[in-house]
Amino acid sequence: MSSPEKWTHPGPDAAPATAAKPTAEQVIAGLRATDEGGADLVQLLTPEGERVQHPDFDIDITGEELRGLYRDMVLVRRVDREANALQRKGELGIWVPLLGQEAAQIGAGRALRPQDMAFPSYREHGIAWTRGVKPTELLGIFRGTDNGTWDPVEHRFHPYTIVIGNQVLNAAGYAMGQKFDGKVGDADGEATICFFGDGATSQGDVHEGFVWAAVYDAPLVFFCQNNQWAISEPTERQSRLPLYQRARGYGFPGIRVDGNDVLATLAVTRWALEECRQGNGPILIEAFTYRMDAHTTSDDPSRYRLSDELELWKLKDPIERVKVHLVKQQWADQAFFESVEAEAEQIAIELRDYCVNLPDPPAGRIFSEVYAEGNPVLEAQRDEFLAYHAGFAGGEH
Amino acid sequence: MAAPTMDRPTSAAPAAVQTLTIAKALNNGLRASMEANPKVIVMGEDVGKLGGVFRITDGLQKDFGEQRVLDTPLAESGIIGTAVGLAIRGYRPVCEIQFDGFIFPGFDQIVSQVAKLHFRTQGRLKVPMVIRVPFGGGIGAVEHHSESPESYFAHTAGLKVVACSNPADAYWMIQQAIDCDDPVLFFEPKRRYYEKGEVDTTAAPGPLFASRTLRTGTDVTLVTYGPMVRTSLDAAAAAEEEGRSLEVIDLRTLSPLDLAPVYESVRRTGRLVVVTEAPSESSISSEIAAKVQQECFYSLQAPVLRVTGFDTPYPPSKLEEEFLPDLDRVLHAVDRSLAW
Ligand SMILES: Cc1ncc(C[n+]2csc(CCOP(=O)(O)OP(=O)(O)O)c2C)c(N)n1
Ligand SMILES: [Mg+2]
Repeated sequence: MSSPEKWTHPGPDAAPATAAKPTAEQVIAGLRATDEGGADLVQLLTPEGERVQHPDFDIDITGEELRGLYRDMVLVRRVDREANALQRKGELGIWVPLLGQEAAQIGAGRALRPQDMAFPSYREHGIAWTRGVKPTELLGIFRGTDNGTWDPVEHRFHPYTIVIGNQVLNAAGYAMGQKFDGKVGDADGEATICFFGDGATSQGDVHEGFVWAAVYDAPLVFFCQNNQWAISEPTERQSRLPLYQRARGYGFPGIRVDGNDVLATLAVTRWALEECRQGNGPILIEAFTYRMDAHTTSDDPSRYRLSDELELWKLKDPIERVKVHLVKQQWADQAFFESVEAEAEQIAIELRDYCVNLPDPPAGRIFSEVYAEGNPVLEAQRDEFLAYHAGFAGGEH
Repeated sequence: MAAPTMDRPTSAAPAAVQTLTIAKALNNGLRASMEANPKVIVMGEDVGKLGGVFRITDGLQKDFGEQRVLDTPLAESGIIGTAVGLAIRGYRPVCEIQFDGFIFPGFDQIVSQVAKLHFRTQGRLKVPMVIRVPFGGGIGAVEHHSESPESYFAHTAGLKVVACSNPADAYWMIQQAIDCDDPVLFFEPKRRYYEKGEVDTTAAPGPLFASRTLRTGTDVTLVTYGPMVRTSLDAAAAAEEEGRSLEVIDLRTLSPLDLAPVYESVRRTGRLVVVTEAPSESSISSEIAAKVQQECFYSLQAPVLRVTGFDTPYPPSKLEEEFLPDLDRVLHAVDRSLAW
């Protein structure tokens, strides 16, 4: 796999690569987007729960903080599994699982400060959690009652974006606004984070987002969750090069972090956001992780990937390693783990109750809020529709 | 069945008439084109190993290889833009857009290059490519998966736009579109993918750019295409029980429009209802209404009425039954037309 010397570390002070020239064959062999990243992968907690040091990205963590991260991950996993089950029971039209990506999302989400803004794609249920969006508020999108009900301004959490890549440009523009407003340049400044997948990195919008953020020095952290798959296509369909290395071509640092390591993800994202806050953005983070479930509940991964792969990744489970570490450090006892389980159970119950009782929206909702200033043509159409609809209610037909 | 004779071999030939779903008919049609012409290639997101999210390209990569069935990077502008290059190089690309709402990243390539290269080069370059688009709602999906964007393309000179509504057309129209030297936007009614019908694989039922009368009637003409064909036929059957005779015309081609059968029909019935899922403002249904009033002015006994999706974004799926024209809304319009 790619040897450490082949890639210079692209950390904060990275210089352009000038090291030994690889042969053409080595170059091609090394340019695999799915390579594990070797020494470039920032990791602070091994899959076995061992704490390791990193020269650039270390972090002091207390037992209390780590218990908090553990709790977050267990709860969002439970939300995810419950919603998946609700889809299977016919209560949701579709669900987009986050299983396996808990550390990437909780690590990134907990690095954010209240003044920061986040732009999700559609799998960021863990980020939603860290932005104070109630899990129940995610359900309407997937049940078909609404397109998301949280207030993006209050939570500083943009609506889910389904068209791949669109939100990256929107995030770049938002971050430009933070800069134009003078909110960048000190330790209390603002920053923006934008989430997208490995597949999304092929979209023009994402490349344009890189260009815009770079030329305007926007305080934007591009957070790519490389979960190895874009539906049925592996990451090497999108890139020869490990994705984080693309950043250099656009003129900003790119870092690959173990996305199944919540500590490393927290440390790297916190660093990246601080850099952006100070005016040293943008920065690309590639969180190397794995989509442990299907793409969505409509997908059948057995058609395109081996279950062996999943088995290997299960050994790198993001939650298990934290649990092991908590126990090793004697930072948590059985009572703690049981209380988190009980809390998860309670959230699952609330989610179910909320979901099955979610009312269908009134028909007239189709016409509401299409325009900020209204549209008389549409209002006439709405009135005609409502009259027609009332005719049914009155039993005319 | 005629008895076998010396000059009519019956042995090896597969059954000429098969019962297929629209999805399977498309798959068979693609396969037939790929077998007939080695320059036909299929490209798109997840079309290879997975066979597409609707399985329309199921098994094609296995049989024709990765150079003829390309799992492309995730970018619609890339899919369509590279297909243009392949097309002018002599290939016949068939691009799959995964869902209607995802065609827009490719809109620039479609409008600026796909549509105009022939014109811009005084005919020296042809762009014989097909862009397949599963379109329309009714499947309980999330945002951007249920749209009807066909009018944007019918509005663009240089593109041909068709929509199939049944398995026989699916099987033949896809092959005819691939054979066409102009670029063709090929709309597939995704919520009807699994409806079955008979397909005669020995002979095409007619040319690609022609509408077809599916049911004759004397009181009101219904003109429609794609997923609304089934709805309109059901409405005609229901109306018959109430003693009203509806004629149903499947447009099949949205650009160029083939309205001669519509004019002929309206001259007999004096009444026209256009049924589309797409919103009504500045659309294919507007175009039909304008042309029919121009051509059939003295025959019309009622204004041309339209039953369409509303001029709003496609709603969350719990509201889609209200948004989509259904049997009741079609019959309501028929009543209004007759009562004029
Ligand atoms: C513009 C656009 N094209 C196609 C799709 C259909 N689609 C939805 S998710 C997806 C794969 C995305 O992969 P990735 O970016 O890796 O994100 P992941 O789903 O793995 O989180 C595709 C092709 C879409 N939503 N938007
Ligand atoms: Mg992915």
